[in-house]
Amino acid sequence: MYRQTEIISDLSKTPPSEGLEGADMIINIGPQHPATHGVLHLVITLNGETIKKVEPHLGYIHRSIEKMCESLSYRQFIYATSRMDYLSSHINNHGCALCVEKGLQIEIPARAQVIRVLMDELTRIASHTLWWGAMAMDVGALTPFFLAFREREMINDIMEETCGARLTMNYMVPGGVMFDLHPNFQKKVKEFITHFKNKIDEYDELVTDNVIFRNRTENVGVISKEDAISYGMSGPSARASGVQCDIRKLYPYEIYNQLQFEEIIETGCDSFARYLVRMKEMRQSLSIVEQLIDNIPDGEFQAKTKAVLKLPKGEFYSRVETARGEFGVYIVSEGGTTPYRIKFRSPGFSNLSSLDHIARGSKIGDLVAIMGTLDFVIPDIDR
Amino acid sequence: MGFGFENITASIHNWLYNTFNPSIALLIEFILVAICIITLFSLLGLVLIMMERKVSAWMQVRLGPNRVGPKGMFQTVADTLKLIIKEGMTPDGADKFLFNLAPFIVMIVAMVLMAPIMFAKGFQIWDINIGILFFASVSSVSVIGILMAGWASNNKYSLLGAMRSGAQIVSYELSAGLAILTVIVLTGSLRISDIIESQQNGWWIFKGHIPVIIAFIIFLIAVTAETNRAPFDMAEAESELTAGFHTEYSGMKFALFFLAEYVNIFIVCAVGATLFLGGWMPLHIGNWQGFNHVMDYIPSSIWFFGKTFFLIFVIMWFRWTFPRLRIDQLLNLEWKYLLPISMVNLLLATVIAIAGWHF
Amino acid sequence: MNGEELKIKLAELLPDITIEEGGEWLNVLIAPSSWLSFSNQLRNTQGLDLDYLFCLTCVDWKTHLTMVYHLTSTIHRHSIVIKSNLDRNKPEIETVSHTWRTAEFHEREVYELFGVNFLNHPDLRLLILPDGWEGKNPMRKDYEDPINIIKL
Repeated sequence: MYRQTEIISDLSKTPPSEGLEGADMIINIGPQHPATHGVLHLVITLNGETIKKVEPHLGYIHRSIEKMCESLSYRQFIYATSRMDYLSSHINNHGCALCVEKGLQIEIPARAQVIRVLMDELTRIASHTLWWGAMAMDVGALTPFFLAFREREMINDIMEETCGARLTMNYMVPGGVMFDLHPNFQKKVKEFITHFKNKIDEYDELVTDNVIFRNRTENVGVISKEDAISYGMSGPSARASGVQCDIRKLYPYEIYNQLQFEEIIETGCDSFARYLVRMKEMRQSLSIVEQLIDNIPDGEFQAKTKAVLKLPKGEFYSRVETARGEFGVYIVSEGGTTPYRIKFRSPGFSNLSSLDHIARGSKIGDLVAIMGTLDFVIPDIDR
Repeated sequence: MGFGFENITASIHNWLYNTFNPSIALLIEFILVAICIITLFSLLGLVLIMMERKVSAWMQVRLGPNRVGPKGMFQTVADTLKLIIKEGMTPDGADKFLFNLAPFIVMIVAMVLMAPIMFAKGFQIWDINIGILFFASVSSVSVIGILMAGWASNNKYSLLGAMRSGAQIVSYELSAGLAILTVIVLTGSLRISDIIESQQNGWWIFKGHIPVIIAFIIFLIAVTAETNRAPFDMAEAESELTAGFHTEYSGMKFALFFLAEYVNIFIVCAVGATLFLGGWMPLHIGNWQGFNHVMDYIPSSIWFFGKTFFLIFVIMWFRWTFPRLRIDQLLNLEWKYLLPISMVNLLLATVIAIAGWHF
Repeated sequence: MNGEELKIKLAELLPDITIEEGGEWLNVLIAPSSWLSFSNQLRNTQGLDLDYLFCLTCVDWKTHLTMVYHLTSTIHRHSIVIKSNLDRNKPEIETVSHTWRTAEFHEREVYELFGVNFLNHPDLRLLILPDGWEGKNPMRKDYEDPINIIKL
């Protein structure tokens, strides 16, 4: 069973400076700090180098996207969601488009489904490569960051040709995708596949088997399966603790139920397990891309939809698997052209809630490695 | 030998003492040496920083600096200019005196360490009879500068960085010292010129059997840690402590820390080259008269700088390949592995030296 | 467990609930006062095991607030939605952060954006908004900010 509530209940309500014991020290990591990959602010209580408490302070990049979406139409609000988890903007858009389609009850053409899945998986690879570089940088190796960017650039170039953007794609719209694929798409993706297959082995050689890296991540940041579930963790971080939570397998959307891929589950529960899950996921995503790239069906890339979308009265919830975990979109509709209430269940927010639990008792260096393996994207947490 | 530094220095020395009375001649020699050292210091800083950038760029599949001057060669000069005109801020609440003193201590230590190094045959500032001991003892003073900087900054990151650095340098001094002792035992002298002289028929790394090779590896690891270089850059650890002990430093004061770091790398590599790779001594192999003769034609300064820069390259290679250790793992590595190994190793080397088993 | 079985099981646990169907999942409407014991039962009852709180939010219906909890079971893979209507002037509900840890953050978010007071919450402070936003509840429908919100 999971640990009883002492974790939360001893978080004191007093300001941090009061109630400190003799040798304790408060230190602010962030909002400007190289390890937080953005504007996350952690107030940590230290005893020497050992962490006694981590208190995340959020909101430095809070734009209240949920409130904004209440005054945007069902076509418009998708654009705002690219700005949340900017590293997997395709998948965010996908989740929103799915939710609107669920409300409108439209079937999207087979070609659009395949394109969406292709784009999702390419995004996942791009996101994971960036994570790999940043993670290695967190534990002090600077070179992997540049190697990772080399591969990420190739995906960005592919995206740029088809979607016209490199970061915030806005490519998925209710009813399908916005444009057809670029003629070069298949050729370039195949080039990427052959390139990346060699490079991912190089990644393993450089970082995975490194003794220092192993020492830094193995048995560091352990979270048990029960705790991971209780903390609402999802995605690779939860799967490293043995939780089966891949939305693509459990609640398949689009054509995921027709594809051959494995849900990667590790039982190490530590930072290294989280690292391994992501590394293996890259290979799985690559195999999905390989399966689909020669089998893109012909036909329409968008279903016929009305110019102004109106969802029926009701509540709609859709979930997709982003690179960081389960992304949920909850739309409450009153029957108008804009959502009455919209809630984005972002994976990072739930994963962050476990940080204090994971990091207690470890060293500062460990905290950085833990944050690296939990793979936070701050706009995704703040929304 | 034709061209050689020893003739030049000897003739300058003789000319000065013949022309002036001895005390003035000594004074002039002091000034000359100071000018040489300061020039070398800044030159080394420029060259090494440039080298680091190019090496890292090469390892990271990118170009590196390529805009200022031919192939970006003047990039460091431009950076230095920028650092000179930047405001050197002293934060509120800092201990102003110690804060401003710290970079100078670190730099002066680096400068003093230049004294016993033999840059070429007969080209040495001070052939002191305890040369290596001098190196080992003076180099540990730099930790005071780092602790001072961290303490005086009134910044928790700086303090943590300085404390880490203190623990680290004090521990790694031990195995560096024991690795050095291995060669001292074989040579029987602390004087730099004697150590180099003893390698006339082969460098210690070739002559000394396995103990010297082990000592060389331990020495490399220990000096990497002593100079606070990755994978042992706990004092800076930019992803953990932003910039560690020099978080609050800016402008020229920061540049002094930066410069001292690179000059320290040069010095430890020079000592490594002197002890294990024969200093300025050309590559001599036993009785191959012809080969040895050809090797003698390469100037001794090129031998010395070639070896030193090779070692510097190795240390840079470490930095751009390895992740950083955690502080407790770092100390474990020293106290649980390197120290026992180097003690046993020293014993082996002593046995070899007494029995005369080395070549 | 399918929908019918779930319905029977839930009715056994707490008789005065309203179950509505139609959506993707079973919607269960409960009274806020019974939430504390009911949440523990949902989490711990054999056969239900709703151990994964994947979404916690609030909807402002202008007349009242509705707390929405999306729960799923990682063992049986069934999901239900729990709703509870709160008084808009004095919204109060028992916290579930001791049952599902992740609720601690989600409840802090709802507290600052909707002003719902979670009783016995271990650390009810502003999470996302900066200091000085206590009691302003920006996600409520009647929140007005003439500078930053442009009415079309």
